[in-house]
Amino acid sequence: MDKAATPRLPKAATRETKPRKTVRRLSEHVIEIISDSGEGAQRCGQSLGAIAARMGNGVWTVEIIPAEIRPPARSVAGASGNRIRIGAGRVTNGGNESDLVVAFNEQVLLGRVQARELKPDCRILLESMWREDRDPRVAASYKETYDRLVAAGYRVTEIPMERECHKLVSDSRRGKNMFALGLLCSLYSLDLGLARDQIAITFGKKAESVIRTNVLLLEAGYAWAEENLDFKFEIPATRSDRPQIVVNGNTALALGTIASGIEICAMYPITPATSASHYLSEAFARVGGVVHQAEDEIAACAFAIGASYAGKCALTITSGPGYSLKQEAIGLAVMAEIPLVVVNVQRGGPSTGQPTKVEQGDLLTTIFGSHGDAPKVVIAPSTIEECFYAVITARKIAETFNMVVVILSDANLSSSQQPFPRPVFQESWLAPPLDQSPVPEGAKPYEWDPETGLAERLIPGRPGGMHTVTGLAHDTASHVAYDPDINHQGLRARSLKLASLQRTLKPPPLFGDPTGDLLVIGWGSTRGAIEEAVAAMRENGYRVSSMHLTFLQPMPPGIKEAMAGFKKVVTIEGNWSDDPNDAMIDESNRRLSALAMLLRARYLVDIECWTEVKGQPIKPNTIRRVLMEKLQEVGKP
Amino acid sequence: MTTGATECLLQLYSDRHELEDYQKGVPRWCPGCGDNAILAAVQRLCRDEGLRPEKTVFVSGIGCSSRLPHYMRTYGFHGIHGRALPLAEGVRMSRPDLDVFVNMGDGDCCSIGAAHWIHAIRYNMNMTVMLHDNQIYGLTKKQASPTSPIGLRSNTTPGGAVLEALNPLTVTLGVQNASFVAQAVDWIPDVLYQIVSAAFHHRGFSFIRIVQRCPEWLPKMMDPWLQDPSRVLMLDHEDGIRLGPDLARVYKNQEKHDPSNIHRAREIASTLDPIPVGVLFRNDSVPCYEDLRHDDRLRTAELIGKGLDAEFDKFTVWPEGREA
Ligand SMILES: Cc1ncc(C[n+]2csc(CCOP(=O)(O)OP(=O)(O)O)c2C)c(N)n1
Ligand code: SF4
Ligand SMILES: [Mg+2]
Repeated sequence: MDKAATPRLPKAATRETKPRKTVRRLSEHVIEIISDSGEGAQRCGQSLGAIAARMGNGVWTVEIIPAEIRPPARSVAGASGNRIRIGAGRVTNGGNESDLVVAFNEQVLLGRVQARELKPDCRILLESMWREDRDPRVAASYKETYDRLVAAGYRVTEIPMERECHKLVSDSRRGKNMFALGLLCSLYSLDLGLARDQIAITFGKKAESVIRTNVLLLEAGYAWAEENLDFKFEIPATRSDRPQIVVNGNTALALGTIASGIEICAMYPITPATSASHYLSEAFARVGGVVHQAEDEIAACAFAIGASYAGKCALTITSGPGYSLKQEAIGLAVMAEIPLVVVNVQRGGPSTGQPTKVEQGDLLTTIFGSHGDAPKVVIAPSTIEECFYAVITARKIAETFNMVVVILSDANLSSSQQPFPRPVFQESWLAPPLDQSPVPEGAKPYEWDPETGLAERLIPGRPGGMHTVTGLAHDTASHVAYDPDINHQGLRARSLKLASLQRTLKPPPLFGDPTGDLLVIGWGSTRGAIEEAVAAMRENGYRVSSMHLTFLQPMPPGIKEAMAGFKKVVTIEGNWSDDPNDAMIDESNRRLSALAMLLRARYLVDIECWTEVKGQPIKPNTIRRVLMEKLQEVGKP
Repeated sequence: MTTGATECLLQLYSDRHELEDYQKGVPRWCPGCGDNAILAAVQRLCRDEGLRPEKTVFVSGIGCSSRLPHYMRTYGFHGIHGRALPLAEGVRMSRPDLDVFVNMGDGDCCSIGAAHWIHAIRYNMNMTVMLHDNQIYGLTKKQASPTSPIGLRSNTTPGGAVLEALNPLTVTLGVQNASFVAQAVDWIPDVLYQIVSAAFHHRGFSFIRIVQRCPEWLPKMMDPWLQDPSRVLMLDHEDGIRLGPDLARVYKNQEKHDPSNIHRAREIASTLDPIPVGVLFRNDSVPCYEDLRHDDRLRTAELIGKGLDAEFDKFTVWPEGREA
């Protein structure tokens, strides 16, 4: 970054606080910045998260995205912005309701209030320009909302953002977000120098003058808060001694793709997977990789399979509806034993469902998907860091076992940011160069090892290895099978590969003691929230532990043994399960959550489940409440 | 997109091969099936061009016609119904050193795979593409296909097909970026061979619609054309195919058509009777997608490591005193 471009105030000046303010130390805070879309609240929030991370705070940022591209201005459903949880220690999830909100108008704020996303005594910093709006209806609506919020116990401070920004820029709609950023930097005692650097990074591609203007707005917001607000916080930070990367899950997936040596990513745009392809389209060029935007998801999957077949393992990335379209082609890759990495960034379903919202609804579809018996590997990263490493692992497994490996991410991981240690590139992450050597006399393309099911793949270019791969049942020479035993032989080999992989997996670690009253099992992006809830309960003396599964297919060994140490086992998941209290529901018809069903089937353990599908990440406090209820059922609160 | 080590393995010699070197197994098509003629033409092409079997890939979908790769002693990918083209595109993108051929049926290409067909024309990737158009679903036992003529009785149109047939030639020529369009008939093997050869030599998406007889389900359908050579319009040109004296004597209905003339090509394409045979259109200057996307650099570990680090730099929070 260009430091010369950002004039610095002396550090002492930026840290200066008015004596009348007491600085409250906090262990954490959840902060929201919301506006109409296009007013830059997202950029403000992301910058705030990055600055806090640079300070050495734990951070988790979550995007607040309206369902429509351009919702009408000042609409309840139109809130666009960011939620940033800043902590003194590591932050593993988006946390509970918000402690402080900066809102650019009262309508988007109402949307958040109605969604019950604010703590009862939440502090609200509200743009005050609407009070004097020329449209009397707007002014009335503002005043009414203001009064109602105050009456409801929210601590509302009105901020003349528009007026203050107008002193610096003519179009304040485009600058308010940096004013708000300055405000928040002052409020949370963040380093103004770091904030200026962040602006230089954020607007790096823009003109000098743009950076300068935004820095002025930042400073104005900072100064205004110093002068006019009578409260101030500090969340202690410890700067890591290792470099950290601050990215969201989709960027991490894209970086992992580069690091894995994958050369081709075929995709068709779909929320919430697209941003990974956006970033990869730009970054892949650095290393000679290609993002191919196909005509549809079927083509994208087939393109990736063709590329894998003839060369190195390729990747295709999608979300729910696109994932459904790929199923037939995935079956082909399974049958022909062509390595393939498929990323499914899950969203709410079925059908178009909730495109921007989180759900963990695709686990069973993924394990059992395509038709017939189509064994494939399924892994689910649970942190932003795991999104990065998942691709490297997936590529390696795909090519070692000639299998399809599906990475199940979701809309929570995709847009959330969390710092993790900067990875150090290892050559061993890459696949070896293509083997183009002649094939020994008599070698066949599917010489399945009778014990492991593995066979060496013969790729085009190898003299003597010519054969035609096919999605039809085939024998070891890839000849279409008409013999009844051959179909059995092929199915057996493809299934055994999962068992062979399973033998290499380690038992998942337990979070908490190995014995107790209640064991919580989860998978994917719920990890942070589950472990936070479990840790809090353990501090209060409850005998609760948790276990998180990264490998869903095959499942690692040791799960049954782990469950045996507890009186009760419950899964917490973001997919559907029937409520046992519904009048129609009883044991004979209750539909259970995906993981609970899988675990019950395999281990014959009476596993409970609790699920929520509200399109929001499950909150740690919600999980605590659920676990308390489950403990009650054990009879040991 | 190959690594250094593979690049070194690309050998430049070309062995002499015999026809048998490209033949495998006994085709299981019905006696008299036009697919046999197409197989013979591509095997001859491979021999004449001295293609190295290990460097040649035949990709297909599902249908009688898509069985073709199994009868080639080359690499082959017998895919799924309708998806031969995207599979072949992936092969081509990852391995520009391979010669790629695609064989599809009319259901495969013009119905279930129609979207891929349109876009494959746009991508214009270098591959030789054969549409085995028997105007019927062969493998699934006689259902109407998009290219079935109106009135055709089939198991799904017992009262006769109600829609006009789709014309693969006009469709292809209607897509921006089309670079090679030809038509052949299975019963004139010499011309079929010449057309396959011209398609192979064209760099880009070389599309051949081959009118292919299905004696099993439509035994007499093409008889009028076989019996009356004047119902075939031979397109003869130095940039297309040349009729030898023997053929010229039989097929007197000829037109000197310059394949660079797209307007005339479109007119000819709309002609259903006589059946035009030859190269309708070619444009050698349409860029290939794989060339547009090609990166000359070898993908060494060093390149990837450096690229990754440069990307990490954009997102890194350095410990105090180690700002980048
Ligand atoms: C997704 C899917 N749908 C349907 C089929 C059944 N099917 C196999 S081949 C075929 C059509 C064959 O006709 P065509 O493509 O013209 O090839 P031909 O057999 O005539 O060469 C159909 C419908 C299939 N295999 N896969
Ligand atoms: S059914 Fe028709 S297309 Fe299929 S093999 Fe027989 S003759 Fe050929
Ligand atoms: Mg057909």
